[in-house]
Amino acid sequence: MAEVIAHATPAYATEPPRVEGPRHTALRKLVRNRPAVVGMVVIGVFGLLALLAPWVDRYDPSAWQGAGTWKGPSADFWLGTDDGGRDMYSRLVHGARISLTVGVLSQVIAVAIGLTVGLSAGVGGRWLDSLLMRLTDVAYAFPDLLMLIVLVTIMGSSMTMVVLAIGFVSWTTIARVVRTQALALRDEEFVLAARALGASRWQIARRHLLPNVLAPVIVTATFGVPAAIFAEAALVYIGVGLAGPSWGRIILESFDASHPEHAVIPCAVVALTMLSFTLIGDGLRDALDPRSSTRRALPKAEQARVRRDTPPGEERLAA
Amino acid sequence: MTAYVLRRVLSIIPVLLAIAAVTFLLMHAMPGSPCGRDKPLTPPACANLKAAYGLDQPLWQQFGFYLVNLAQGDLGVSSHYGERPVREVLADGFRVSATLGGLALAVSVTAGVGLGVVSALRRNTAVDYLTTGFTTIAASVPSFILGMLLLVLFVGKLHWLPTGGWGSPKEAIMPVLALSALPTAYIARVTRASMLETLGQDYVRTARAKGLNERVVVLRHMLRNALLPVLNVIGPVAAALVTGSFIVEHLFSVPGIGRAYFESIAPRDYAMIMATTLLYAVAVVVANLVVDVVAALFDPRVRRSTYG
Repeated sequence: MAEVIAHATPAYATEPPRVEGPRHTALRKLVRNRPAVVGMVVIGVFGLLALLAPWVDRYDPSAWQGAGTWKGPSADFWLGTDDGGRDMYSRLVHGARISLTVGVLSQVIAVAIGLTVGLSAGVGGRWLDSLLMRLTDVAYAFPDLLMLIVLVTIMGSSMTMVVLAIGFVSWTTIARVVRTQALALRDEEFVLAARALGASRWQIARRHLLPNVLAPVIVTATFGVPAAIFAEAALVYIGVGLAGPSWGRIILESFDASHPEHAVIPCAVVALTMLSFTLIGDGLRDALDPRSSTRRALPKAEQARVRRDTPPGEERLAA
Repeated sequence: MTAYVLRRVLSIIPVLLAIAAVTFLLMHAMPGSPCGRDKPLTPPACANLKAAYGLDQPLWQQFGFYLVNLAQGDLGVSSHYGERPVREVLADGFRVSATLGGLALAVSVTAGVGLGVVSALRRNTAVDYLTTGFTTIAASVPSFILGMLLLVLFVGKLHWLPTGGWGSPKEAIMPVLALSALPTAYIARVTRASMLETLGQDYVRTARAKGLNERVVVLRHMLRNALLPVLNVIGPVAAALVTGSFIVEHLFSVPGIGRAYFESIAPRDYAMIMATTLLYAVAVVVANLVVDVVAALFDPRVRRSTYG
């Protein structure tokens, strides 16, 4: 990739002009994006609380605290207690641990599958391409929720299985984005040059295509994290979710017709998290500049398809 | 063009067949069976029941029969919904879900395109920031959280609306709001981005230079060109909305297809699971097909695209 000169050299400068790589440019754009920074701070704080959950919690998140149910916030119980008389703050902190793990790890799985399928389709030749894309069509049109329910019912709803299952239904978007990118890049000069030098398909995919498709993949995965957290909540809602206090479980258990206001705090925490991931995703998309990567040499409708495939992420699982 | 459409339509068939096969295998791989879950039956009664639904035959034979019946428009009999033909149960649910989804779609397209156009035209003003703020938040709040907050507000605090049900316009307000928030935000975001792209185009400058009034420039020259990406978003959104959302339908007690789907999984109502899965898949595939065909009408380059 071409090096980008960050700023015009000031006239008084005696040192050589500062040249920065594309990664630095992206990073600088990202930290200048105020909403994205806010998002990163929020996720950073929640992530830290999640990591330190056993040390920063105040009570056992799953045990009756003897202060009664549905208590409002107080000095003892910062965010009140829920239907089981459990401390809401401690539950939310442990919930962060569970839900953020599900969100992030499931996207790691989705990226792994999506990259493999997308790159193989992109460099594998016509036959493999059409086979893999038909497979993606099938997976895309298959109702995610049924697949999730079935996988979790068969394999049991342990953390590992829930992460695997959600990853397994979330890869289609990434595969399509990667393939579209790979096809667009396939005829670029640097790929032709590599091929002329005798690089194998695998080498081209790994050394030349992979770095260039990573940007939209990271963006898609960022939007996928809240979708995955939501999917776990949906599983709890159906009754096959994780047994521990995930955010989804906390929300559903804190929802009570006679104490509706108790649902507001956990709802706000989850909404804030999802919002932060959206803001980070937006920021990353701008910083990694889709104009130079996502839209290269694509006809308009194909661009639109890419855009369609990089959604805020939730509406498919919502169905 | 005809060849393109034909090719796309034909490519649907293997996809649907594969989905039918996967669904069939998956639901039989789930532990549990239609008899004896919530209603303990004697073994002979269970055997009779299984024979009645053809569940005592080998899987591949069952699948074969299913496909033959499907080709004749027979979706089988529901074991959960009191022996009713699946087609009837689905038709009833679909009528409700499609009405609800159609309303939500109308709201999200109108509001989404409207907000997107306004914020693009008033870009970097307070109006734009407000709209962008709203769409960013609406895009990140899951439907069930929004639904619960609506319940807290309108039912718990204000006592304005009924908790749930289906039949009167008042009962439709909350589910429509809960369903349309996310698509509205999404459509608005795409419309805004797409409108911004047309702003600097030569044909817009030409239109202005010709002295056309602003309304004609915006509607006929900008919006028309900006709508293609929006259309691509609307396709899958429409498919998802019309086939019903199980969470929203469950939360507001709407007797739609999403709820029927959800309720048929636990009692292993195989015929219902098959039919609803296929209906969902057909909706997704057809919506994508319609979008691609319309896109091809707009843009001849798509017809030659390798995809499809």
